Order: sequence, then structure tokens, then C-alpha cells
Amino acid sequence: MRETVRPSDARPVVLANARVIDPSRGSDFHGDVLIIEGRIEDSAFGIAAAGVPDGAEVVDCRGAIVAPGLVDMRAFVGEPGAEHRETLATASRAAAAGGVTTIVCQPETDPVVDDPAIVDFILRRARDTAIVRVHPMAALTKGLKGEEMTEIGLLQAAGAVAFTDGPHSVKSAQVLRRCLTYARDFDALIVHHTEDASMSQGAMNEGAFATRLGLSGNPKSAEAIVLERDLRLVDGARGRYHAAALTCAESLEVLARAKHAGLPVTASASINHLSFNELDIGQYRTYFKLNPPLRGEEDRQALIHALASGLIDVVVSDHIPQDVEMKRLPFSEAEPGAIGMETLLSAALRLVHSDQVDIVNVLRALSTRPAELLGLPTGTLRPGAPADIVVFDPDMPWLVDPAQLNSRSRNTPFDEARMSGRVLRTLVAGRTVYEYV
Amino acid sequence: MSSSLAFTLDRRDLIGIEGLSAGEIVGLLDLAEEFVDLNRQIEKKRTTLRGRTQINLFFEASTRTQSSFEIAGKRLGADVMNMSVGTSSVKKGESLIDTAMTLNAMHPDILVVRHHASGAVALLARKVDCCVVNAGDGAHEHPTQALLDALTIRRNKGRIQGLTVAICGDVLHSRVARSNIHLLSALGAKVRVIAPSTLLPSGIEQFGIEVHRSMDSGLEGADIVMMLRLQRERMAGSFIPSVKEYFHYFGLDQAKLRRAKPDALVMHPGPMNRGVEIDSSVADGPQSLIREQVEMGVAVRMAVLDALARKLPNA
Repeated sequence: MRETVRPSDARPVVLANARVIDPSRGSDFHGDVLIIEGRIEDSAFGIAAAGVPDGAEVVDCRGAIVAPGLVDMRAFVGEPGAEHRETLATASRAAAAGGVTTIVCQPETDPVVDDPAIVDFILRRARDTAIVRVHPMAALTKGLKGEEMTEIGLLQAAGAVAFTDGPHSVKSAQVLRRCLTYARDFDALIVHHTEDASMSQGAMNEGAFATRLGLSGNPKSAEAIVLERDLRLVDGARGRYHAAALTCAESLEVLARAKHAGLPVTASASINHLSFNELDIGQYRTYFKLNPPLRGEEDRQALIHALASGLIDVVVSDHIPQDVEMKRLPFSEAEPGAIGMETLLSAALRLVHSDQVDIVNVLRALSTRPAELLGLPTGTLRPGAPADIVVFDPDMPWLVDPAQLNSRSRNTPFDEARMSGRVLRTLVAGRTVYEYV
Repeated sequence: MSSSLAFTLDRRDLIGIEGLSAGEIVGLLDLAEEFVDLNRQIEKKRTTLRGRTQINLFFEASTRTQSSFEIAGKRLGADVMNMSVGTSSVKKGESLIDTAMTLNAMHPDILVVRHHASGAVALLARKVDCCVVNAGDGAHEHPTQALLDALTIRRNKGRIQGLTVAICGDVLHSRVARSNIHLLSALGAKVRVIAPSTLLPSGIEQFGIEVHRSMDSGLEGADIVMMLRLQRERMAGSFIPSVKEYFHYFGLDQAKLRRAKPDALVMHPGPMNRGVEIDSSVADGPQSLIREQVEMGVAVRMAVLDALARKLPNA
């Protein structure tokens, strides 16, 4: 695995007096975490009391939670080609402030990440400008056109952690089938956006609310149909498959069946679909225009249940920065997407505060599971793992002020939202990259 | 002649019927009645809008709505300017905001706006300082059309409450249908929509109306038959197999009209596709109110402009 961050200074760090939650081991206890040379040395009760190594920096966490840093499996960064929307530098600052220690960036850049040289470019730019780890996903098909598969082996060797056509679904079943079959030889993960293009030309979820607003709608079946097709292909090809962002109960039913049958299938839900429903669009608020679209409240509840049960493996920010001119348009003409890395953890904690999902499960879906799926050594506090850590107060109240966010774009649907839970400190390889002051 | 009514809409803009109270709707209709009388006189001018500038900003082609607003503004004494903006550019929205800002700098008092995107008029209204009247936005609302339809019905039937109104045709793409559903429901009419399932928007049954898929059942006992234009220009994809089949099942001819009450009246917002959704013998027949609708259009738009103008600064 190519690294984009330098190892930490030699000085050991002790995160003392913390509630240590490690979803990779299902543990939740009061204690300390000792970090030496950028790796986790140990986590237990009484490390600090037993005497810290010479010259160690001791951070009193005052009962705050220490957990593995978040691995955001779906975030668009505009580099290369759309630096006015986001750069690796600004994205990484937003990530650090949100407790995200690994960004998995998406291939729909300009040029598209379908060539090992572009993977290399992103990794070098990240090494030079980003303060958190960055791992690119590469395109599944050349130019994201859905016609020819990319150099899966060479791209993987260059550092691509998974393969996706970003916001596009591969239309041809035969192409996807070959990709899944070929990817299996490299144990490569295929991440697929599941939406039938011919049925998703609308501006929002199909239904009475879209009718009231006079907007054309995308039916939920547009998603379930593609997922169902894909899972039949997985059944034959046996390549590892991950649904990029499911939004509705119909899809969850399809997913549950495939998992029950033992297929190598996993799925994400975006924090937006866990936080909002279509009514949040209100009077044509374009910050709530997303792809796939926000659905009804019953679908949001179904997603939350699926997260709690583990049916949904991963929660992603689906961070899509858009400059104001792309959003200050009539709803049907505005670009979809919302920024979300910086608010990801706080928004996910809402599900904990409402007693719908256990905190360990939420943190697992934000760190351990995505790291496992992508083959990353992070997402755990096990001894020897890289010290990618988030320290957060699960109850601290704050108000989201878009002007204060680190992203280069401002399109947050959490504009003015009241949050409970705030990141206090983020460490990457033992080095503090963000501190709340 | 001075107005015996001084009805004021307690809002700066008229974006939609949804959200208007029954009292506000009736107030506008009552005011419009006065303008009907005025418009039939030789001297048709008022001075309510004297010194005011009204700009008709049409991003979508229109003849009757635009000329109706123009005449309405002029009869109330405003200086009226028409602007038709081409729609060929891909980035139509950019020109929407840009044009709004540019026009706003010229200090108009009233902007009358039509746009092809739902919600565009409300978006524009947030960017300007003057009064904005929606002359149709996408498939969302066309409030003055619903008001003129209501005025036409009320003058011919004496009431709206309790009437059965059948709205027939391309409901899916129709802002006229949506505004009429809101208005007629607010005033206590029984509303039905009749269309093939592909032209019915999703969730329409949740609007508190009856949904019919055949003219036979839908027109049964109707007091008013309101036809909608088949919006062939908006039809990306296959909604109906052919115009011929559509006319066969959903075109209003004398035979289908006999299902409605004997004194049923026929309306159409125009422009009509004769032989597609309506037969000429019905459109020009004794039960047709289509020409009267156009006359009511001017009166209703005068009422809207008049009622909003009373809220303008320095009014």
C-alpha cells in the first residue's frame, strides 16, 4: 500500500483518560492509548498511570471518545480538473476537521482516473499537499463510458483501492459481468452506482411531493432493478461487489437476499440519505438535490435499521463539492451533490443520540468496515496498526456555519444545523492534523 | 369610474395558488368582476399603476398570456415592456439569475415571469426587490390561469362550491392542472382528473381528488369539462402511442361530452390542438367557454396587478 503521509515524529503520544472504542474488536472501555512512531503500541486501562515513555506527549482526553479515524469511502475531490470546487489540500483539511483520516477519492475527475499515471499524480499531489491519507478509486471502464474495462491490475498496482464508474451505472450487463469476472483474479473491489439511467432523468424522488413541486421524478425501482441485475451477475462471476449508495427499502430487500445467499456483496449508504428525506427539499432547495435522490421518510428509517443490523456495511459522506453557480439555478437544472466530510461524524452521531444505532456500530461503518473492504490497515486500534485516530466529544453542541467549514465549496445541507458531537482532535500516523480550539 | 373595492393581497409576489386562502382567491375574483365591466367600456384606463414599470419576462414562448398581461398592465396605467429570452442556450439558469439582476437594476415595479423550469420564478423572486407574478413555471403553477378559469366558471354557474369539475388530459406536464386543483379544492369544488396512466403524475390521488382513467367514468355527471393541451414538446419518451389513439380515447367530442351533465360547460386554457385533445365542433360549440376564458384573462390579471400594487412601496 503506497502511503501519502509521512510517519510521525519519534515522540510518543499518550491519549489518556479516554473512552476507547475499537469497533474492530467490539471493545468499549475507559483507558489510554499509547502511540509510538506513528503506530498504536497499546490501548488499555492504566497505561498513563503506569508511567509513560520519556518525552511522551500526554493528551488528557477528559473522558472524550477515542476511536479509529474515519475512512470515507466515497468523496469527490476536484483534483485534477475541478480545483475550483475542491483540491486535495482543502478536502484533506475538511476531512481532518471531521475526524476523517482516509479519503477515498472518486475517479470522475478531468481527466478521468483510468490510467496508472493519474493514480500516481493523485498520490504524489496528496503526499505534497494533503494532511490525511488519500487513496484513489480508479475508473472501472475507460473514460467512465461503460464500454471497455480499465487496466485493473496495473491501476491496483499503482495504488487504486477499488474500481467504480463514479456516478454512472454500467449499462451493459456483459461489460459489468466481464469486469466482475476479471476483477476477481486481483481480488479487486468493484463499487457500483445502481441507477438505471433511462429511469433516472428526473430531478428528485418520484411521488406526490415531486408532483406538487412540478418536478420530474426517479422511481425507486430504477435503483432496485440495477442492483438486482448486478447481484445476479455477481452470483456467476463471484467478484467482490459493493453497492455505492443505496437509498430505499426495495434495494435493501434485494441486498439482504444476496447476502443471505452468501454472495460477496456489501453496500454503503450516504450520510445524507440517513439524515434527510425528500421533504427537506422544501421550496426547491438545491443543496438537497442529490444523486441518487433523497427518498421518503420510510426509506430513511429502513436505511437506519439496515445500518443498525449490519445489512448496510459502510456509511459514506458522498462528499460532492459544487460551486455556488452550479447550485443557484432552478432545481431541475442545478447540479446534484452535497459536501459532507466535515459533518459526517456529527451527523452520524444523531442516529446514536436518537437511540437508533449503537455507537460501536456507527463507528464500525465509518472506519473498520470500509478499511477491511479496501484492504487498508487502518480502521482499528489494534497494536501495530497505524495511529489514525479521532478524539471526539459525543455531546458537545455546535452550529454548522458554512463559512467556517474547510471545504472550498459551501453546499452543505447541514447549513445552520444544530449538532451534538464534535471532533476534538484528529491524528494521522500519530501526528495531530486537527485540533479543536 | 373609481373602484368600489380596494382589495389588497397581503404579499409581495404571486407565485402560486397553493398557499392562498379561500378569502384571498374570492377577493381577487370579486375585484376581477369590476375589471370585466371596465374592459367592456370604451374608456378602459385606470391609473392604479401610473408611473410604474412592468416588465414581462418570458423565457418560454407565449402569445396569449404575454399579451394578456401586457394589456392588463397598460389598462392600469403602467409602462409595460416585453422581454422574450431565447431558450437555446444550455445554461439557461445562469441567464435567469443574470437577467434578473440586470433588470432589477433598472428598478421595475412588477416583473411578470414565465420560465420552463419549476421553481424558477420563486428563485428569481428571491433575487429581486420588486413584485413578481408567476406567469407559469415548468409543471409547477400557473396561478392567473386558474384564477381566470375560476372567474369564468363562477360567472356562468353562479358558484364554484359543490360543482364537479373534470380536468382531462396531460395532467403530468400541466401547471394549469396543478393550479386548478389547488384553487378549485380551496373553493369547495369536487375535482376529478382524467388521463391515461402514463400522463398521471405519481401520487396525484393524494391531492384529495378523484382519479379516472377513462372519459366515460370521469365525465359522468360533470358540470365543467376542462381540457388540457397535450404538451407534445415536453414529451421525451413514449407517453402515448399516437395522437390518433389519444384522440380516440381522450379527445373530447360530442359523443363523450354527452356523458357530462346536459348543461356542462367546456373549457381549454389554449392554445388548442384541434383534433388531438378537442374536436372543433365542441371547441366552437354552444357549451364552449373558451373565448370567454380569454376575456376573463385580462380582467383577472388586472385584478392581480391591482391587488399587488397596493403593497408596492409608496403606493
